[in-house]
Amino acid sequence: MSYYFAIVGTQDNPLFEYEFGTSKQGGDGQSRFGEQARHMNQFIAHSSLDIVEEVQWGTGQMYLKHVDKFFNSHISAYVTAGNVKFLLLHQPPQSTNTTSSSSSHNTNTTSSSNSSTALSAAAMIGAGRSSSTSIAANPTSPQTEEAVRSFMAEVYESWVKTIMSPFYRVNMEVRSPVFRQRVAAAGRKYL
Amino acid sequence: MSNMQPSKGSGKEQPGLRYPTNGKTIYHRPLNRTKTAELSGASFAYLFAEMVSYASKRIESIQDLEKRLNVQGHPIGLKLLDLLLYREPARSQTRPLNIIALLHFIKLNVWQHLFGAAADGLEKSSDPAKPDEYMIIDNEPLVNRYVSVPRDMSQLNCAAYVAGIIEGVCDGAAFPARVTAHSVGRQEDGGASGAPAEMWPGRTVFLVKFAPEVMEREGYLGKG
Repeated sequence: MSYYFAIVGTQDNPLFEYEFGTSKQGGDGQSRFGEQARHMNQFIAHSSLDIVEEVQWGTGQMYLKHVDKFFNSHISAYVTAGNVKFLLLHQPPQSTNTTSSSSSHNTNTTSSSNSSTALSAAAMIGAGRSSSTSIAANPTSPQTEEAVRSFMAEVYESWVKTIMSPFYRVNMEVRSPVFRQRVAAAGRKYL
Repeated sequence: MSNMQPSKGSGKEQPGLRYPTNGKTIYHRPLNRTKTAELSGASFAYLFAEMVSYASKRIESIQDLEKRLNVQGHPIGLKLLDLLLYREPARSQTRPLNIIALLHFIKLNVWQHLFGAAADGLEKSSDPAKPDEYMIIDNEPLVNRYVSVPRDMSQLNCAAYVAGIIEGVCDGAAFPARVTAHSVGRQEDGGASGAPAEMWPGRTVFLVKFAPEVMEREGYLGKG
């Protein structure tokens, strides 16, 4: 399981990026993105902003849960009061989902949404059987949603502290190494 | 970006302004505070007097001065929005989605935090041609307590600083608005406020005028 976390400002400008892997179930905390996926991640995260901006006016909650999916990449979003977006892209290990995602997208071209959801649901059940509580295996399960919520809440605390700095102006890039450590610690703790 | 480790020990190796010597940064300090922690009014009045005199240097007009005070308040509003929502209990920790929720948040939470009491009134403009205008009323703004405006600057209201804070909160919550402060205590009419103006000579109305796109979204969301 690999994660890509990004903070996006009010002008859709990136303020902070961090990449990490799971630390649960013996994970070493290193991300396993391929060289090409690294470029794609930014695109996927950026394209999900459209959906975030639509969802954010439907609910007052800051945590918007799972908002977008692109092949094997899932995006969870969190919107702060100041309209800054936290985006977490999570990618389950390729081996468990390769067959199901490719087959579902083959059927998807004929826009048979029912069958594709059934397929992905079947894939979910299959993944769930192998490790039902694993956050890594099923990105849309309630356990994962809760883990991401805790992660986001902890990052938000650090974020509020960041903007409390009298020298911080809106949409400034965050370079603080302490902030990076805090995000890394939250990632180790929950994901 | 650098992955430097500013651990507790590194403060000694890298003296200077970048890292505090005791290793404590803004991230090590709590965001919550005790309810009774208040600042001294005298020190605030002193600081505010300096801010006003700083802003009144080399200005062309009263509008200029009010604009500068407004700009000084703006970042405070942006920061307060996130801080006060963070301090809300988890259940009611919701972003304001419509104008009424936002203005209520300003009237209650922001005012309570800044001045220790809720604002005295919240009204919608009675003019049907201006549905985008709202008014927040404070009978005795704290910032104006020790301010006496000279006769030749009678239009000036130093609560423009507070108007800037309100504008910052609105802008931060994605409700772009123009906020201006107006004294209504001395005028005869009292305007739409219609309350006993002579009782509150310092009565100030903060006129919040939302941008057209906010009104458009408001209508759109109201239907859905």
